[in-house]
Amino acid sequence: MELLGHLATGFGVALTPINVIYALVGALLGTLIGVLPGIGPVATIAMLLPTTYVLPPVSALIMLAGIYYGAQYGGSTTSILINMPGETSSAVTCLDGYQMARKGQAGAALSIAAIGSFFAGCVATVLVAAVSTPLSELALKFGPAEYFSLMVLGLIGATVLAHGSLIKAIAMVILGLLLGIVGTDVNSGVARFDFGIPELSDGIGVVSVAMGLFGFSEIIMNLESSEKRELLTSKIKGFWLTKQQFRAAAPAVLRGTGIGSVLGILPGGGAMLSAFASYAVEKKLAKDPSQFGKGAIQGVAGPESANNAGAQTSFIPLLTLGIPENAVMAMMVGAMTIHNIQPGPQVMTSNPSLFWGLIASMWLGNLMLVVLNLPLIGMWIKLLTVPYRMLYPAILLFCSIGVYTVNNTSFDVMQTAFFGFIGVVFAKLACEPAPLLLGFVLGPMMEENLRRALLLSRGDPFVFAQRPISAGLLIAAVLLIVVIGLPNIRKKREEAFQE
Amino acid sequence: MIRIRNARDFCGGLLLTAFGVFALVLAHGYPTGSAARMGPGYFPNMLGMLLVAIGATLVVTSLRRDGARLPRWPWRPTVVVLGAVVTFGAIVPWAGLALSTVALVFIASAASHEFRLREAAVSGIALAVLAVLVFGVGLKIQLPIWPVFFG
Repeated sequence: MELLGHLATGFGVALTPINVIYALVGALLGTLIGVLPGIGPVATIAMLLPTTYVLPPVSALIMLAGIYYGAQYGGSTTSILINMPGETSSAVTCLDGYQMARKGQAGAALSIAAIGSFFAGCVATVLVAAVSTPLSELALKFGPAEYFSLMVLGLIGATVLAHGSLIKAIAMVILGLLLGIVGTDVNSGVARFDFGIPELSDGIGVVSVAMGLFGFSEIIMNLESSEKRELLTSKIKGFWLTKQQFRAAAPAVLRGTGIGSVLGILPGGGAMLSAFASYAVEKKLAKDPSQFGKGAIQGVAGPESANNAGAQTSFIPLLTLGIPENAVMAMMVGAMTIHNIQPGPQVMTSNPSLFWGLIASMWLGNLMLVVLNLPLIGMWIKLLTVPYRMLYPAILLFCSIGVYTVNNTSFDVMQTAFFGFIGVVFAKLACEPAPLLLGFVLGPMMEENLRRALLLSRGDPFVFAQRPISAGLLIAAVLLIVVIGLPNIRKKREEAFQE
Repeated sequence: MIRIRNARDFCGGLLLTAFGVFALVLAHGYPTGSAARMGPGYFPNMLGMLLVAIGATLVVTSLRRDGARLPRWPWRPTVVVLGAVVTFGAIVPWAGLALSTVALVFIASAASHEFRLREAAVSGIALAVLAVLVFGVGLKIQLPIWPVFFG
């Protein structure tokens, strides 16, 4: 029972008072930004990253992880009560959650969302712990060729699962890779793309890129459309589920957890995709699909379980392979790098207390969320009555202070404003920023592994096809593109994103 | 005659091509080396060429298939929001956290359609107090809180 030993180590770390506090802070902050529309986990993590300098690495990661899964709890609250998803991953919850609320079942909808999330969180935590050891051991056998192919697969996966145009998403990845290699080349000492600006010789900061693309541009886009909010003012009562509701919801929770756990691990996956997939499955399996969109409890239970499971299992590739699979995980790479931890399979052996502490904290955070969330709903609702015109200057301020403190230079603030502008341009041109951020984070690693692989093979590019694992990963990547390129599937994919 | 059928993708494609060309021009001076011994220019050149290829493809398809028109640009929020941030960045090293916060909040508030002078002033001061307490006193960041006078 090696696993139990590991988990015991983890809980030993996670249960120290300071880490409990940071898990709580992260979970609450996550819920807060989950409730607030217009700011997502990526921008929040970017904002808080600089302040984690002073913390021990494990506390920092525990807090930042809490933001991601906390946001899944918070996002459902607004979806159910005001028909507006605080997070994209809770968008499908609007469909049936809000209808339940209109029928006076808001309490039941909120309860099942919380219970489903908690159940999924527990299962996902165990899964992360169980899968991590064998995956890390496998990853330790990887050479540069395997790593390069793995990153190719990861980036292709991310583009396939992005909204909208595949070709644009690939372009975004490449642009991200280019931005990622700005700065001094470690091998030759040549400063690349630095325009002679000394601040750029160390590369562009991940905080600036993420905050500009995800934080500032989001605010600008929100300001363009005038706000309209309809708050369900009737008192929420009856958090208890009826027996009938429970019987309908329980299998949906189980399925949602399963779907989320699997889709969370896949490259490009995560909370959002899991929620959408689960909703589609529930609708297909339901005895009476016409109830969907009219307040079917399965339509809340499934996606809400799935998004939380997906949020958590998406840590698996990051922790074991060092490959981030979505924008939030890219920020976690940034956080680990700031604390001088190179993400990858060696983290588990070289830094077991951090590794298992983080995993244990996820379970702990979920427990806190389910206990705190329902009683605090009144407070979150109050927050929503603060008009956006007072909210966004505050968000902007904390972002600006945060980015300034990364290196204590005004240059970083200007750079972030620049990426904010770029973010608006991309949003207007329907180009997704998430693949860009992934490419950005993976850029230097990808070049390094490409270099090493070709150095070892004396320049023979077939090295990627000759090594079996590498070949398998590349074939998977090609298959993904081919499958998505098929006209039939392409149509289905477009339909799925429209829903 | 060539007609642009998808203005949004046409512009997107042009922009991506421009980025690619820009990268190639900048990377021109970096030694490429060989595949076995890559120089600092190898990977950037590869990416630049890929980007140009994709951008060009987008431009070509935008001439063939009907699609979205060019969306309207949110000038006011863009200029005001980014202007507020740039102002903050420019003045904070010498004007200090408190004053810069008021400036940022004040300018940024003007981006909204429902700008109210008194409200902006009040929230500016309130946020300045909060920022000083959290970042100055609590997290002890290296930023002057009050204006620094030279001399």
